[in-house]
Amino acid sequence: MKLNTNSNVYTICYAAVMVIIVAFLLAFVASALKSTQEANVANDTKGQILSALGYDKATVDVAKVYAEKVQDNVFEDGELKPYEGNFNTTYGSLIKNGVLHVFTGTTAEGEQAYVLPVVGRGLWGGLWGYVAVNEAKDKVLGTYFYHESETAGLGARISEKWFQDQFIGKPIFGEDGEVALTVVKAGSAREENEVDGVTGATLTSNGVAAMVKDGLTAYEDFLGGTTECSDEEECPACKEMDEKECEGCNKACGSCDKACEQTDVEQ
Amino acid sequence: MSKLFSDENKAAFTSPLNVNNPVAVQVLGICSALAVTSQLKPAIVMGLSVTVITAFSNVIISLLRKTIPNRIRIIVQLVVVAALVTIVSQLLKAYVYDVSVQLSVYVGLIITNCILMGRLEAFAMQNGPWPSFLDGIGNGLGYAAILVIVGFFRELFGFGTLFGYNVIPQFMYDAGYTNNGMMVMPAMSLIIVGCVIWAHRAYNKES
Repeated sequence: MKLNTNSNVYTICYAAVMVIIVAFLLAFVASALKSTQEANVANDTKGQILSALGYDKATVDVAKVYAEKVQDNVFEDGELKPYEGNFNTTYGSLIKNGVLHVFTGTTAEGEQAYVLPVVGRGLWGGLWGYVAVNEAKDKVLGTYFYHESETAGLGARISEKWFQDQFIGKPIFGEDGEVALTVVKAGSAREENEVDGVTGATLTSNGVAAMVKDGLTAYEDFLGGTTECSDEEECPACKEMDEKECEGCNKACGSCDKACEQTDVEQ
Repeated sequence: MSKLFSDENKAAFTSPLNVNNPVAVQVLGICSALAVTSQLKPAIVMGLSVTVITAFSNVIISLLRKTIPNRIRIIVQLVVVAALVTIVSQLLKAYVYDVSVQLSVYVGLIITNCILMGRLEAFAMQNGPWPSFLDGIGNGLGYAAILVIVGFFRELFGFGTLFGYNVIPQFMYDAGYTNNGMMVMPAMSLIIVGCVIWAHRAYNKES
């Protein structure tokens, strides 16, 4: 007997069976591979953090170097506390809830650095990255950016080295104390804290600019003043000055210079 | 063996490379030809991915072709393609993570590529698995060829590089040569595709 492939019953049964088979297949594949995939993602995230610190994640042994050089901390009540929980691979919701992770580590050149995760939106989907700042928390030592689904060859170029390397050495804050580091139209970077965007990908470049600004602003408390320099020796600006000249010296290091200058002017 | 490579089967493979090219003649897959051709490397990756996926989804549909109810055949084709692409990307993510990161951008573009649906509907529904496989490979490569041509011109004139390496010597820039920003824009790839179609038609006058 030849099956009537045009009957309603056959069509409905066919569709139902097909959907069930495909659903099982996808569910099976997804659950069978989940642990390997998560391990890969965690390892890649560690690689991205190392990348921001100037290591080449394609050539170094990521797990080993990460364990040696990097420490995961949470910024709480004005100080860094070592983070004991499971390693996180996404930081967007954590930052939104005020859980600020800060990775301390040494760069490939051996400099002390803090790595801050940043999260934003590009043209088609999410963007994320890691920004390494120097010990004084005023300059960028390295960055790493990646994206979910930016256009290949245009927006996707934010993940290329030439783009990320432009950030190296850029000051984070402008004269007004706000985060001034930004991405401008390709070829028009003039100021100290401007970085060239990607040609043909203005919206993705704007996304990176917003991500860096919002991301670093979220960490303003950390960047602005955690290194307490109650001890005069720790603050080079204060050290040179007579105590009477500068009364603001017990404040955080970053604002110390300013406080000193202001007192100077008043006097 | 002679049957495997009969004239008909050969034609299934070679005709999409030239006289029946999916992009230049059938004008399919233009959308992704705009999206991923600003540089050579993504163009090649995309071309190869489409080739593999077209070939295998062609085989699967061809094996199922006698059972597929006529009225929901497009849905069945779509489900097969989407499931195949998803499973492949999951496997890549688990075992070759680097490749999967490279390809993640293309997954959505592959599923919605009209060359796939076109070949499933026009060829795999009427032919056996082996000719369908050849047809898939042929169409994928025909598509890849156009992408590579467009990618070559766009990267060369838009960025002055090929595969990311500078090929336009510095003295040209010193002499006042600048990269053409227009080449980076999607509009320019349409114009290049137009030029390719023009050259192709002029060459194949009789068809």
